[in-house]
Amino acid sequence: MINLLVLPLLIPLVTAALLIFLPKSIRVQRAVSVVSAIGTLAASIVLLLTVKDNGIQTVNVGSWDAPFGITLVSDTLSALLVTTSSLITLSVILYSFRSIGEARERFYYYPIVQFLLVGVNGAFTTGDIFNLFVFFEVMLMASYVLIVIGGTKIQLRESIKYILVNVISSALFVIAVAMLYSVVGSLNMADISQRIAQIGSLPILTVIAVLFLIVFGLKGAIFPLYFWLPGSYYAPPVPVLALFGSLLTKVGVYSILRSYSLFFYHDQAFTHELLGILAIITIIVGCIGAIAYWDVKKIIIYNIIIAVGVLTFGISVATEESYMGTVFYTIHDMIVKAALFLLIGVMIKITGTNDLRKMGGLMKKYPLLGWTFLVAAFALAGIPPLSGFVGKLLIVRGGLAEGAYVGSLIVLLSSLVVLYSVIKIFMNGFWKAPKDYPGEENQPVLSLWAPGALLVLASILYGVGAEVMYPIISQATDALVHPAIYIDAVLKE
Amino acid sequence: MEILMSIVIGALFASSVYLMLSKSLLRIIIGTGLLSHGAHLLIITMGGLKRGAAPLLGEKAASYVDPLPQALILTAIVISFGVTALFLVLAYRAYQELGTDNMDEMRGNEAND
Amino acid sequence: MKTNDVILQTTSKVVFFIIILFAIHLFFAGHYHPGGGFVGGLMTSGALVLLLLAFDIKTVAKGFPIDYKILIGIGLLFAIGTAAGALVFNVPFFTHVFGDVYLPIFGETSLHTAMLFDLGVYLVVIGVTMTIIQTIGESE
Repeated sequence: MINLLVLPLLIPLVTAALLIFLPKSIRVQRAVSVVSAIGTLAASIVLLLTVKDNGIQTVNVGSWDAPFGITLVSDTLSALLVTTSSLITLSVILYSFRSIGEARERFYYYPIVQFLLVGVNGAFTTGDIFNLFVFFEVMLMASYVLIVIGGTKIQLRESIKYILVNVISSALFVIAVAMLYSVVGSLNMADISQRIAQIGSLPILTVIAVLFLIVFGLKGAIFPLYFWLPGSYYAPPVPVLALFGSLLTKVGVYSILRSYSLFFYHDQAFTHELLGILAIITIIVGCIGAIAYWDVKKIIIYNIIIAVGVLTFGISVATEESYMGTVFYTIHDMIVKAALFLLIGVMIKITGTNDLRKMGGLMKKYPLLGWTFLVAAFALAGIPPLSGFVGKLLIVRGGLAEGAYVGSLIVLLSSLVVLYSVIKIFMNGFWKAPKDYPGEENQPVLSLWAPGALLVLASILYGVGAEVMYPIISQATDALVHPAIYIDAVLKE
Repeated sequence: MEILMSIVIGALFASSVYLMLSKSLLRIIIGTGLLSHGAHLLIITMGGLKRGAAPLLGEKAASYVDPLPQALILTAIVISFGVTALFLVLAYRAYQELGTDNMDEMRGNEAND
Repeated sequence: MKTNDVILQTTSKVVFFIIILFAIHLFFAGHYHPGGGFVGGLMTSGALVLLLLAFDIKTVAKGFPIDYKILIGIGLLFAIGTAAGALVFNVPFFTHVFGDVYLPIFGETSLHTAMLFDLGVYLVVIGVTMTIIQTIGESE
């Protein structure tokens, strides 16, 4: 079936359209959402296996041939990311049942989550730079609604800033695409790469590369452009936060990875150096935030920024080893971040507060939750044999081999800070003297814990099964290191 | 013609930046509208300005205009229409709920959720 | 608000149908001439907004008892369905077919599956625009 790679986009899209008809019947909405999320996951796993065995899959949308029409391309990297996002969306939907509240469920929560998945999967799959913009907008539109859904005061206030930042970045995206088109005369990413290779490194291309870095950096929250993230992500409820924190920033990072490996690789002395410096500062800023706060949500939110820094550092080194580390670490970070958000969501539900200083002693009553959180925390910090270790090791080794000693050292040190910040949650939340919290008996702790535990399990398997994943990851890295593989598959030469 | 267009685009960007830096929410929204207009004009200028031919390559067309920038603009306009509409609704709701359209009074970090 | 808008109300009853007809014309013109689902949809919702201006939301809702959000869903299904039809025939996603068909009344007609897609766009645009306007207008 030649349209296989469309399915992870099509299933959520059709589901979203169907769910619009049933805003009142929440049970049906839940059932349909779960079934469709499982279907999306299954389709993306089949896609991943197909790509692994048969090479890069492409679809020329509307039968328009490659450089002229829009091409959807699924290489191993994008199939991996699509699979991961489908898994995360499934667990977030499961978590939402008992936590998001009926008012939000009635107000089209489930269809909008499906739209978000369409945007994210589309952005990972597309092979056309303007189509990437369109999928960004689908994703952003859904995120605008998700961030404001429920309409509390803080949500309204933060959503306005969030929309404003993203509208400006979308305008910049259009401008950047327009400038790129005027220079190379193509929008197909494979074709762009070929044409840039022909004309060589013009100064204007460096300008455009930096402009794209600004656009993707705003989405992915790298150093000077991360300012909106802590405030805006803090506003929505935990399931939405888990979706945003694990998926949206990674779409930005993926776009940087794709564009900087596929076509903006001619002036590495400038662009990749700049990216490296920004990555290091991003890590430092994230570390400061992660240590400074006593609010569990804030701590994990700043951990997102650290992870983005580590990933962009891996991209900036641009060797096979560091790319492999980046791919490994992206998947790991998406899963573990979502798991951590869901687990601290359970803590917040039980204690009724975000403030660590008011928590304590959860271990006595909820040992399962405590140990799951500890495993997720260790995985995030990168303690072997859990999943964060391999990715970070590869990134650091790649950095050291290229002589980026400062960056590698900071990545290593940041692991300590990450460990400190998550263990701070563990020590203050689960250890210490037990306290009584009003209304804790009414919380469905087990069914809230299960989706997070599912993700932690996935993370453990991913870490322990690194040997099994290795051929797939190295296949994904091949297409990044050798753009010719990607170009040949798209243009079929 | 390109120079004139560049000046117009520059003026649009300048005024949109000015509007977006003001405190009133409505001015900010108008600013984002102007920003996207500028971006759309930029696309059509970047595609090359020509006169006297349709953006189609017919069977016997002697000359034609590059249709791609026009398709891009159409898409971008539709998207910015959607975003602006959503932004307006949201601004109205925020004005009702928070009782202000002044960005200065929307500061703060405290949670109530 | 008590103003005398007899002239507005009387004329808009007539103008409404003219706009709707023109919108439908634009919609069908779409394939080979300027026009299409987006413009047609916007113009149709423009006509509805004119009615909203002349009368009030309740009166218009009585005349058009439609939930515009449902309209979005129907439109989306039309658009997605047209694109996904390609899956059944195992050709690339979004592939359209067209041809000249002889129809009893219209004679030789050029038919295109893109029109079904455009119908979806038309409905979505009406749905979205009217939902937004109602959301802002209702609370007054």
